[in-house]
Amino acid sequence: MVTANTELGYNSKVEGDVVVTRADAVINWIRTNSMWPMPMGLACCAIELMAVGGARFDIARFGAEVMRFSPRQADCMIVAGTVTYKMAAHLRRIYDQMCAPKWVIAMGACASTGGMYRSYATLQGVDRIVPVDVYVSGCPPRPEALLDALIKLQNKVKREPATHHLFSSDAPPHGVQS
Amino acid sequence: MASGNESTSTTATELPLAFLRGKGLAATERASSDHPAVDVPLGEVVVALGHLKSEQGFDMLMDLTAIDWAEGASPRFTVVYHLYSTTRNVYVRVAANCASDTEPSAPSVVSLWPGANWHERECFDLMGVKFVGHPDLRRILMWDEYPYHPLRKDFPLAGIETALPDADVTAETGTRVLSAPMAGGPFVATSGEINLTEAEPRAKDESWADRRPRPDQEGLKQVRE
Amino acid sequence: MATEFSFPDSAAKAAKVPAGLVEGTEFQTEKMSLSMGPSHPSTHGVLRLQMELDGEILTKCDPVLGYLHRGDEKIAENMTYNQFVPYTDRLDYLAPLANNMAYAIAVERLAKLEVPARCQAIRVITAEMARISAHLMGLGAFGLDVGAWSVLLYSLHEREKLYKLFEELTGARFTTSYTRIGGVTRDVPEGWLGRVNAFCDQFLPILEETLTLLTRNKIFMDRTVGIGVISKADALAYGLTGPNLRGSGVPLDLRKDKPYSGYEQYEFDVPVGSKGDCYDRYLVRGEEMRQSVRIIKQVIAKFPDGPWYATDAKRIFAPPKDKVLTSMEELIQNFMIVTEGPQMPPGEVYFEAENPKGILGFYVVSKGGGVPWRLKIRSPSFCNLSILPKICTGCLISDVVSILGSLDFVMGECDR
Ligand code: SF4
Repeated sequence: MVTANTELGYNSKVEGDVVVTRADAVINWIRTNSMWPMPMGLACCAIELMAVGGARFDIARFGAEVMRFSPRQADCMIVAGTVTYKMAAHLRRIYDQMCAPKWVIAMGACASTGGMYRSYATLQGVDRIVPVDVYVSGCPPRPEALLDALIKLQNKVKREPATHHLFSSDAPPHGVQS
Repeated sequence: MASGNESTSTTATELPLAFLRGKGLAATERASSDHPAVDVPLGEVVVALGHLKSEQGFDMLMDLTAIDWAEGASPRFTVVYHLYSTTRNVYVRVAANCASDTEPSAPSVVSLWPGANWHERECFDLMGVKFVGHPDLRRILMWDEYPYHPLRKDFPLAGIETALPDADVTAETGTRVLSAPMAGGPFVATSGEINLTEAEPRAKDESWADRRPRPDQEGLKQVRE
Repeated sequence: MATEFSFPDSAAKAAKVPAGLVEGTEFQTEKMSLSMGPSHPSTHGVLRLQMELDGEILTKCDPVLGYLHRGDEKIAENMTYNQFVPYTDRLDYLAPLANNMAYAIAVERLAKLEVPARCQAIRVITAEMARISAHLMGLGAFGLDVGAWSVLLYSLHEREKLYKLFEELTGARFTTSYTRIGGVTRDVPEGWLGRVNAFCDQFLPILEETLTLLTRNKIFMDRTVGIGVISKADALAYGLTGPNLRGSGVPLDLRKDKPYSGYEQYEFDVPVGSKGDCYDRYLVRGEEMRQSVRIIKQVIAKFPDGPWYATDAKRIFAPPKDKVLTSMEELIQNFMIVTEGPQMPPGEVYFEAENPKGILGFYVVSKGGGVPWRLKIRSPSFCNLSILPKICTGCLISDVVSILGSLDFVMGECDR
């Protein structure tokens, strides 16, 4: 039976606290404001990462204070510190264990490019192992810079077609490597 | 250095040397800028350290390391021990040259200080000095399959291309252990007394400079979604 | 094969013997191997413990290090002496100022250079502030490990105040790179000492409050008293240093026993533990912070005047910028030091400083010129951790967390 698609727009029979919006917008709104980080605290930058969780900078204002050491419960991996070749494989494995959708923030010079450690043991940029969404410069970045990175990432997530794969058969779900 | 320290070290200088000589060991004086230092033959290291520990009160092994005196130098490797006495508050440096320049080895002192275990593993890992009698001589900082000893002078700071410790990650990401980009740096003068033109600061490692291409361009591709 | 471990858990003892086993014989379980880390909240970074478990009891513990091995010693061989200062920040990144000082003094001993009293006093203040900030973090993380979350919030808050002072002095929150060979980067700013003094005054009551959260806390005591006991002899044999060694009752503190940078002028006590368990190590750290405050106050009270860098070290210390911009001679001196590095005589020195985590040693071998030939870093965390296989064997898996927290290590320094 073909009916006019009126329910989606406005229906006088539905009363009460109803807000009509796009599914994308709702899902992205939820995702951006409860982005649970996976703190990959590897080196000195991890100390600033902890400072961000502390009272003065208080990352809870942005809904990202729930640091989860279990990759299954995390959305956003914050790579804070120097990634060595020995660590690289573990980092990749933890990334693989995170559930999609997932994002990565490379915090600090070391995670972004290898930083001041141009040596035989250091991976020259974590983007050779995992895809990175936001790079934060600084050695270490100030806590404000990390907050800024989080806001940038939230803005990015807001624009993502979260429900795209529900409606089209060819597009792979978000986070799956194409 | 404070003058007080100067005087204590001069009075103590003969002590370890004279003490070891008195024990019938072929110890010789070693040039040092601070603490008393002795050279002992490699075979007598354990005996010498044992005497120092039991009779001279050197109860702590503070540090154990090795020096590579350049490729082609002979003796090339020297093992250095730093002992500290918590009762007398003095240090002594004991050094021994390794016999072989290609396959250096030294006797293990784990029997004297169990804490030497990790120091010797580290020394083996980074310098390639084999410690005979060590209970468990494995690499400690680099991964087990790593083929080089990075602190040797013939090993470049940038590193040498080799495989990652885990093959499946390489398969997934295409990443290998590559030499680090030096971009012509670091711009530093050379160690040692040399003439002015040579002392001019210049790029030491050109493995990845502008003039020479990167080791493998394809391997460097970013992982993308 | 009978196991020699006793089962403190009475429930495990009373467990029913499964069918097939004769009543009264030793109950044998299959050994399980468990890997803890390298990404685990209570391994303080990237330590990995490869454990073998019999039920909940460890039968073997093999620490795997090197996940943060960044090649510092190799890098040092390729840099001038001053260029390496930033790398010392990142050894023990909870107390960079103390590392800076240890490194600078090591190289100054090589050059047989004496820095003026004011420079020494500045270094002592910064090192003691670094000790407070490192111990605060150690306490916070220890509390967190054994389930007391609020201690961390208290200590983070105090650390922010310290960071503000560090930033004012050095320009960075904790990657300070403050010392240079033969001096420091800049003199203390106007009024800074007063602010440090004010910090100390308000810090002491807050420290007491923070420590009350743990000291007589039943849960905390249950998890630390009598756990991870290290005997005096073991502590010495494994080369433990710092609060871990003093917790076992050995009063070794290089600030007292082999004073450097003018520590002999200041009065302070060296706290030692009696049993060598996790609780003792905690108490020692708490007391050390009070002593640090005491030292800082004394330094401020008799803060010396005069130059803040070695003025007679022409080939070692680059002169301050205002002189460089106005005088030709200083300009040349600056150029030489920046490009070729401070010139060192050939020789070798080994210098150790009492850092928050223990004794940090630098063994510098020079063939002359501006670059070290070999630089070995004796890191306290590396030595402190080497006792893990010994003290962890036979303890419960939950105690491992307490032991790790009480050893208070930093992997950046351990792996270098
Ligand atoms: S970017 Fe700087 S502060 Fe951050 S991990 Fe690297 S060296 Fe440490």
